[in-house]
Amino acid sequence: MSEILARFQLAWPGFALDVDLELPGRGVTALFGHSGSGKTTLLRAIAGLEQTATGYLAVNGETWQDGARFVPTHRRSLGYVFQEARLFEHLTVAANLDFGRRRIAERERRVALEHAIELLGIGHLLERKPERLSGGEKQRVAIARALATSPRLLLMDEPLAALDHARKQEILPYLERLHGELDIPLLYVSHSPDEVAQLADHIVVMDGGRAVAQGPLVETLARLDLPIRLGEDAGVVLDGTVIERDENWHLARIAIAGGHGAALWVRDGGHPLGHPLRVRILARDVSIAREAVLATSILNTLPARVVELAEDTHPALTLVRLQVGEAAVVARVTRRSACGLELSPGQAVWVQIKAVALIG
Amino acid sequence: MAPGPDDLAAVWLTVKLAGVTTVLLLLFGTPLAWWLARTRSRLKGPVGAVVALPLVLPPTVLGFYLLLVLGPNGAGGQFTQWAGIGLLPFTFAGLVVASVLYSMPFVVQPLQNAFEAIGEQPLEAAATLRASPLDTFFSVVVPLARPGFLTAAILGFAHTVGEFGVVLMIGGNIPGATRVVSVQIYNHVEALDYAQAHWLAGGMVIFSFVVLLILYTLNPTGRKARRV
Repeated sequence: MSEILARFQLAWPGFALDVDLELPGRGVTALFGHSGSGKTTLLRAIAGLEQTATGYLAVNGETWQDGARFVPTHRRSLGYVFQEARLFEHLTVAANLDFGRRRIAERERRVALEHAIELLGIGHLLERKPERLSGGEKQRVAIARALATSPRLLLMDEPLAALDHARKQEILPYLERLHGELDIPLLYVSHSPDEVAQLADHIVVMDGGRAVAQGPLVETLARLDLPIRLGEDAGVVLDGTVIERDENWHLARIAIAGGHGAALWVRDGGHPLGHPLRVRILARDVSIAREAVLATSILNTLPARVVELAEDTHPALTLVRLQVGEAAVVARVTRRSACGLELSPGQAVWVQIKAVALIG
Repeated sequence: MAPGPDDLAAVWLTVKLAGVTTVLLLLFGTPLAWWLARTRSRLKGPVGAVVALPLVLPPTVLGFYLLLVLGPNGAGGQFTQWAGIGLLPFTFAGLVVASVLYSMPFVVQPLQNAFEAIGEQPLEAAATLRASPLDTFFSVVVPLARPGFLTAAILGFAHTVGEFGVVLMIGGNIPGATRVVSVQIYNHVEALDYAQAHWLAGGMVIFSFVVLLILYTLNPTGRKARRV
């Protein structure tokens, strides 16, 4: 029973939460949506911090809430990282880290405190008081503090939202490591497409207190019917591996997972051969040609097959979902071009990818 | 003319009264302040108003009603007699009861402000770190509210020391039992014994000044507020 079942109803003046979710009990699930879409409220309900939410909650086989029972927050094996770090100002970093850890039974301490400290790189801060930490350091301590309770479920509510770009870049690698090294399911609330693209395995798109879409990240992003796109533009995220590095031109070649040998040239990010990477390709950066164009500045031209066409936000535009091997790519072209090329499902074409963003 | 044994007895009695009152107020005022800071009940307004009453009532009014309630025909007096304690007016215990009521806002309000300033956030964080509500109160709220406790204790103590009207009404003027410093000063002045009155009155001025000085220089919340 490795899953999280969450069914909640809650009504406030002007807002109602109504969700029925079945989330994977491992990996990173992003709760994505605008502010006011209910993602934080859902996270708080899962933590037991919204006591007026009625419903059902079971985490990997353990029932935390149903009609008859409401396990209070302090008896739920969870770790919660708030938007503001919420460190205890009267305690040193070391005492903050120990606060939750010493309240759990010895046999439940699966995450060694030293490991959490090492993972978040905060060993040199232990004797400081929170007021002497930067925003990024505070948030890293808060994450380690939550980890140190060896939770069965980790909840993070926009942990990077209060930080500037540089601080975000400082923390994201730590979250990536967390993902790689610990086997704790993570629910991650965010409205940042970059964070979701970088971290998530699974996504729940929230809007108006409801979950409007959910599924594995790569598949879900390639759907054309989603009312909310990841960011202002449609696009896909692909998993890949570095297979070649061209030092002359500072480029790296990334084999796309499920791409049947298809590979993309990207700027060399310094990753070693065999390193797993994610890339993001926005629909506006993908164009379609009937035949392979040889004399072009575009490095990445791949054979693809049209899967479906859908209306875009403007009547002049069309979104086209294509498959490169089994990997999905979405292109935005004008309707006139789509007609001129006579695009139809099943057709073999070439996609030209103008820009590939490397993430992580 | 140095202060006589009567004066020293009055000083000791005053310190004892203020100490006992402060301890009792911290014990009972803390849960009350916590409730006032956290509740959404409709009773919050009325209870808060009752706690604040001694701030505006003349002490004689409070003393007068206490005398009636705790007297032989009052409900409180009937109860204390039934419980075998006897009657409280004109005893030290009676003074303590009156002082607790009279100094209550000076203890409850700083605590309530301190608790309100802490807010919901650290409490939620503590709950997600496995701390039960009681555990959270002692391991998070009390340390964070320490300046509030300091203020409450100092104000409660100092205000009890400065009491006069209530003491006179319910305690009278019994040496060693109810004759506190403020009453003793009154006695000296009545007897035109100004030199003796000066010892005590001057001492009170110095004591009050020092207390307020401590409050204004040591209180970290005051300092923080000015820095912001």
